[in-house]
Amino acid sequence: MNPHLLLAIPVLPLLAALLAGLAGKAIGRAGAAAVTIGAVAASCVLSCVVLEQLLVEHVPAFDGTVYGWLVSDGVRMQVGFLVDHLSALMMVVVTFVSLCVHVYTIGYMHDDPGFQRFFSYISLFTFSMLMLVMSNNFMQLFFGWEAVGVVSYLLIGFWYTRPSAVFANLKAFLVNRVGDFGFVLGIAGVLYYTGSLDYRDAFAAAPDIAAKSMTLFQGHGWSALTLICICLFIGAMGKSAQMPLHVWLPDSMEGPTPISALIHAATMVTAGIFMVARMSPLFEYSDAALSFVLVIGATTALFMGFLGIVNDDIKRVIAYSTLSQLGYMTVALGVSGYSVAIFHLMTHAFFKALLFLAAGAVIIAMHHEQDMRKMGGLRRRMPVTYWTSMIGALALIGTPFFSGFYSKDALIEAVHASTRYGAGYAYLCVLAGVFVTALYTFRMMFLTFHGEERLDHHAQEHFHDVGWDMKAPLVALAIPSLIIGYLTVQPILFGGYFGEAIKVLQAHDVVGEIGREFHGPAAFALHGLLPGPAWLAALGVYTAWLFVLKHPEWGADVRRRAGWFYRLLVNKYYFDWFNENVLARIGRGLGIVLWRGGDQALIDGAVVNGSARMVGWLAGVTRRLQSGFLYSYAFWMIIGLAALLGWFLYGI
Amino acid sequence: MLPLILFYVFGTILVAAALAVIVARNPVYSALCLVLCFVTSAGLWLLIEAEFLAIVLVLVYVGAVMVLFLFVVMMLDINLEELRSGFTRFAWLGWITAGVIVFEVAGVVVTRKLGLDVMRGPVPLLSSYSNTQELGALLYSKYAYPFEIAAMLLLVAIVAAIALTLRHRRGLKVQNISRQVAARASERVRLVKMDAERRE
Amino acid sequence: MITLGHMLTLSAVLFAISVAGIFLNRKNVLLLLMCIELLLLAANFNFVAFSRYLGQLDGQIFVFFVLTVAAAESAIGLAILVVLFRERRSINVEELNRLQG
Repeated sequence: MNPHLLLAIPVLPLLAALLAGLAGKAIGRAGAAAVTIGAVAASCVLSCVVLEQLLVEHVPAFDGTVYGWLVSDGVRMQVGFLVDHLSALMMVVVTFVSLCVHVYTIGYMHDDPGFQRFFSYISLFTFSMLMLVMSNNFMQLFFGWEAVGVVSYLLIGFWYTRPSAVFANLKAFLVNRVGDFGFVLGIAGVLYYTGSLDYRDAFAAAPDIAAKSMTLFQGHGWSALTLICICLFIGAMGKSAQMPLHVWLPDSMEGPTPISALIHAATMVTAGIFMVARMSPLFEYSDAALSFVLVIGATTALFMGFLGIVNDDIKRVIAYSTLSQLGYMTVALGVSGYSVAIFHLMTHAFFKALLFLAAGAVIIAMHHEQDMRKMGGLRRRMPVTYWTSMIGALALIGTPFFSGFYSKDALIEAVHASTRYGAGYAYLCVLAGVFVTALYTFRMMFLTFHGEERLDHHAQEHFHDVGWDMKAPLVALAIPSLIIGYLTVQPILFGGYFGEAIKVLQAHDVVGEIGREFHGPAAFALHGLLPGPAWLAALGVYTAWLFVLKHPEWGADVRRRAGWFYRLLVNKYYFDWFNENVLARIGRGLGIVLWRGGDQALIDGAVVNGSARMVGWLAGVTRRLQSGFLYSYAFWMIIGLAALLGWFLYGI
Repeated sequence: MLPLILFYVFGTILVAAALAVIVARNPVYSALCLVLCFVTSAGLWLLIEAEFLAIVLVLVYVGAVMVLFLFVVMMLDINLEELRSGFTRFAWLGWITAGVIVFEVAGVVVTRKLGLDVMRGPVPLLSSYSNTQELGALLYSKYAYPFEIAAMLLLVAIVAAIALTLRHRRGLKVQNISRQVAARASERVRLVKMDAERRE
Repeated sequence: MITLGHMLTLSAVLFAISVAGIFLNRKNVLLLLMCIELLLLAANFNFVAFSRYLGQLDGQIFVFFVLTVAAAESAIGLAILVVLFRERRSINVEELNRLQG
């Protein structure tokens, strides 16, 4: 593979971002849009070319350095690419979704004064994500990791005059910082044990590190690899919004909808999933770390789904759905089903981006109204949006033959097949999650598109369906949401697509176990019609229909009966309350103590001003010695003489 | 026994005179007491057989330096009252310092001995010993260079004293001989061409 | 019998008196100069005594030089005093605080 070609893939969006960002006024709105869309389209095409080379021409995976940044004490820091089946797939997904979002943005941000800035940001984001995905060393991975964090921060706070947006982007940044701290510790651990930041060296050394133990507390030895993997996964928890570091994702809906689609559904939040899959040669050697991953993921998958049921904000419902689906992917990672996780990541990227963009279209049509209680019956007013989002919703709940079905069903089967500690709990969670997913998804669909119109006067007056610049991406995303699972399930999961890119030990190979019972995608889908997850999904849809369309009054009844549970859900399990009132208060208290006591009193008062005051006081005293009177000099001379004499004689 | 009696007599006079120097109201008395100090000191030095220095002390100090002091004291019209005011203001500090110094020196003499207990008295001298001759021999051989430097120092002091007190009176007409010698005709005479009468 | 101790004690007393004199007569430059003469005399006492009791003439040579320096010092000091008096019609040290920067 040509390194220059690979280099062009991330660099093109970067250049476009710089052009649109720095020279936005000069090239104008159309210019900025054209430049960035062109660059991302080129990246997308090149990514497809790379994937085609790998798949069709069977070119070996590229792993090499394109630029050496610095060498310090034997540690090489460099820009290098590792392009194999895993990263090539991610590159295509990232650039394709990004391209769709770029196109969609033209319509969505049409009236916004920050048009060029927005395009600059999303191109920059594409660059960062590509750097993360294509990296062949931890340094560059961390660079991409932080860069997507920064762009996410910028984009959540895109409407920086809204206090809630500023609060949300700060929250996202801070919560991610907690995860990043763990991530850095993990990288440091790798560096400590291997002396290298390259994936190749770290993966080669994994069995050795697994044998080593590390004393964290006195008398308790830990496997060094387990510790490293858990630290790395804490980073993934921040980026991929796993409990308890998930709190930033729902708030990030403050950003413009294309961003919610691009970053908070399809790409950035999957960075953590991708990273763990990439690190599979490390994680495979640590059962404890994988169990940890499994439990966290299962908990997130189920309990975040519940929150989707009680929310009325259309974007937040999808956000909680994203959290839940990320939990599913994490569960797949936890049972060593890395390929299933990546497969679900891919299908999810398509249908979740589709759902988000559809929601964005609804929001624009409703003139920036996000409350689903004020929608209803929009099926007739915006049919394209309705049908495409219906495809997305069906895919999300795992209807057979839709893309989501293949990934999710394979995932559930993999969990079922796993014998890892915690797998039983995870299996229950993901099964229940299927019901919950169907329930909140169709509650959203019914509230928005079916039933009576509940539009208020304002929305009624300003209602207008969106143009084809916004509909086209919906259609473009609906097609893969529908068919990509059917087309790719066999090669990706059971055809050894990932090859060397993902390492699974023989004893953990749950995907291979399912593969033995796999007889083509159609048979797989038909098998799904038997009692199992698909029935649970159908039950969920039926329940949603009952509560929303058939007997709307039941909702209030249930709310009254299960008051405490409802309150728990509405308050999001009190995570925010805990963070704000306990952690933040402790932090602020500590800060105030350090500020008042440490900084103002000790450093400013005693050290800085104190030393100045001391000098001033000494100067004031010694100034009096310099009286200018001859006799005072004589006096001091004599007194000094007497003192000196005493010193010499008695050594006092 | 006699030298010891003489030592106490002279010592008492010396201390009394020294005290008088520092407390006397009139600087003239102070100067005269200082003369007495020097004379008694010379006597003490004679007692311990440092004859040459005793003579020099009287000749140089009493004969020259103190006379200079007296000259100045009498020449200047000093306002004594002004100078006496606040006489005792720092006296406490002075006495404390003095006491400390005495304590220190006495402490050394008493406690450290400095070999004093074995050094009962001065080294006995022959009757033919001449202090002046010995000193002269040492001064002109071993200390020849410092001697010259001392002479130089005195010269500088003389010049400095004269230079300090020399008064240049305004409007005094003096010759500048070097400028006179260096003068040229061209600088002195200027020929000017002019008409004999005014033109109309 | 005069011992070295006698001489040293006498010189210490003389020295202390002159120090006290400097403190007492802080305003009168003339007396300050006299006190310095006394001070030097006390120092000379030590030189002479040690020279004699150690049988080394070098100490007396030193006294010789000290006398030289003292003479030069009093000559210049008195010259300064005269100039000072001519300038300010006073020799009050209390008025002399021009040394202050």
